[in-house]
Amino acid sequence: MTRWIHPGLITAALLALPQTGFAQEAAAPIMDKGDVACMLTSTLLVLFMIIPGLALFYGGLVRSKNMLSVLMQCTTIAAAIMVVWVLWGYSFAFGGGTSPFWGGTGKLFLAGVTPDSMAATFTDGVVIPEYLFIAFQMTFAAITPALIIGAFAERIKFGALVLFCVLWVTFVYFPVAHMVWDGSGLIFNWGAIDFAGGTVVHINAGIAALVGCLVIGPRIGFGRDNMAPHSMTLTLVGAAILWVGWFGFNVGSNLEANGGAALAMINTFVATAGAIVAWNIIEKMTRKHSSMLGAASGMVAGLVAITPACGTVGPIGAIILGAAASGVCYFFVAVVKNKMGYDDSLDVFGIHGIGGILGAIGTGLLSGPAMGGVMGDDYSTMAQTIIQIKAVLLTIAWSGIVSFILYKVVDMIIGLRVPEEDERQGLDQTSHGESAYSH
Amino acid sequence: MKLILATIKPFKLDDVREALTEIGVRGMMVTEIKGFGAQSGHTEIYRGAEYAVNFVPKIKLEIAVGAAMADQVVEAIAKTARTGKIGDGKIFVLDLQQTMRVSTGETNEDAL
Repeated sequence: MTRWIHPGLITAALLALPQTGFAQEAAAPIMDKGDVACMLTSTLLVLFMIIPGLALFYGGLVRSKNMLSVLMQCTTIAAAIMVVWVLWGYSFAFGGGTSPFWGGTGKLFLAGVTPDSMAATFTDGVVIPEYLFIAFQMTFAAITPALIIGAFAERIKFGALVLFCVLWVTFVYFPVAHMVWDGSGLIFNWGAIDFAGGTVVHINAGIAALVGCLVIGPRIGFGRDNMAPHSMTLTLVGAAILWVGWFGFNVGSNLEANGGAALAMINTFVATAGAIVAWNIIEKMTRKHSSMLGAASGMVAGLVAITPACGTVGPIGAIILGAAASGVCYFFVAVVKNKMGYDDSLDVFGIHGIGGILGAIGTGLLSGPAMGGVMGDDYSTMAQTIIQIKAVLLTIAWSGIVSFILYKVVDMIIGLRVPEEDERQGLDQTSHGESAYSH
Repeated sequence: MKLILATIKPFKLDDVREALTEIGVRGMMVTEIKGFGAQSGHTEIYRGAEYAVNFVPKIKLEIAVGAAMADQVVEAIAKTARTGKIGDGKIFVLDLQQTMRVSTGETNEDAL
């Protein structure tokens, strides 16, 4: 497992073989029903992360007057991006084009894909149905823009948000997914390791979130009014669902039900556990109480950090990475954010952006055999870490610049922010005409 | 007739109700409220955000009784609701002008 192989490209090669007459030389590709069952389950687990997982995690963190707006944003974004994925998203990301920046238009509307189309896995000659690969990747594309909404929750205009997300996946997510995961992708060919989406999902979303909260500005009364979470109970329910769903995310990224999948699973357990314990200890030492929100925050920080690393680090490395993520993310959400004064309302940048950056770089540091990682003896920690840093910097620049332009475009067309009166009354009633609770 | 307004700590409600029914009080109104007095609030921290919670949850009782009984009611509430620390609450006694029982049309002392 020293090099990731792009499923789309291999598919093309395998399908081409019989026509060129070399079929008898290549073993017929094998589709294993165990792999398929594992991937079907993983795909559903990622859907479960979006709704209800992320929706409740975020929903509990806002004030009760905005609860439904957050649930609605997560639900609608996921649905809109699924449609977009089938229309042009899959093609832009994995359409088989050879550009280092996007997948081209070869598979618009999923052209040419049938139940018999197969996509490659990491093992030569082992394949899974392409529809399954498409569905699995679709859930990744759907959750990523939904992560961003936490940065400007409680003040964004609903229509503007949906338009932004459609544009954002088109010009940021699909190209970055192609660059990182496709065989012809730029970052892929640098040799960067991003097992389950540290750059593509978390840094991408975290940076777009930071830019978003800066462009849109803080909530009315930020720093003065009480904006405490309205339901920590639902926040933990959501966070716990995210943890369970994340096994689909990380384990499924192995594409096969084998030892690599099991490694991703143990890492997804213990990195998260290490992160929760670390966040608790940090809070106990710095402010007297270990809080439940701290535990939930550590949980997500650990999950984010292990995402790019879960296929190549060992369990001890995973614990270290998770604990380090808690330390750095805590510093950002509790110290840096207050100093800088930006209103990243639900800490998308502080946890997903920063945790993602730490995870991507940590992947380079911890994947070598000396650190308990699974890479071979020819693995150079220094060289790989430099590649990881390059991948991080390109993702930050791409997401930062393009997101900024897209926010400005949407602001001109629709306007990003609801009127002041609506914001005070709450988005549930003013944007959606309903209330979460009757009290 | 007197209207007795009392604020008490929420966990004292059952004790107070019991004490009042023992001395013959046959009804009261109970409201969950927030307020502040001598007892200061507390701070809550959510990640980096620190919020001062200045209003403390209390229970408000409203009890209408005949003038002769008022002192006894005040004494019963004070005795049962007291823990000796700040935040035990306050009791106010107001004059009550008129009372009517809706179901029968009885008025004043008969309606209590």
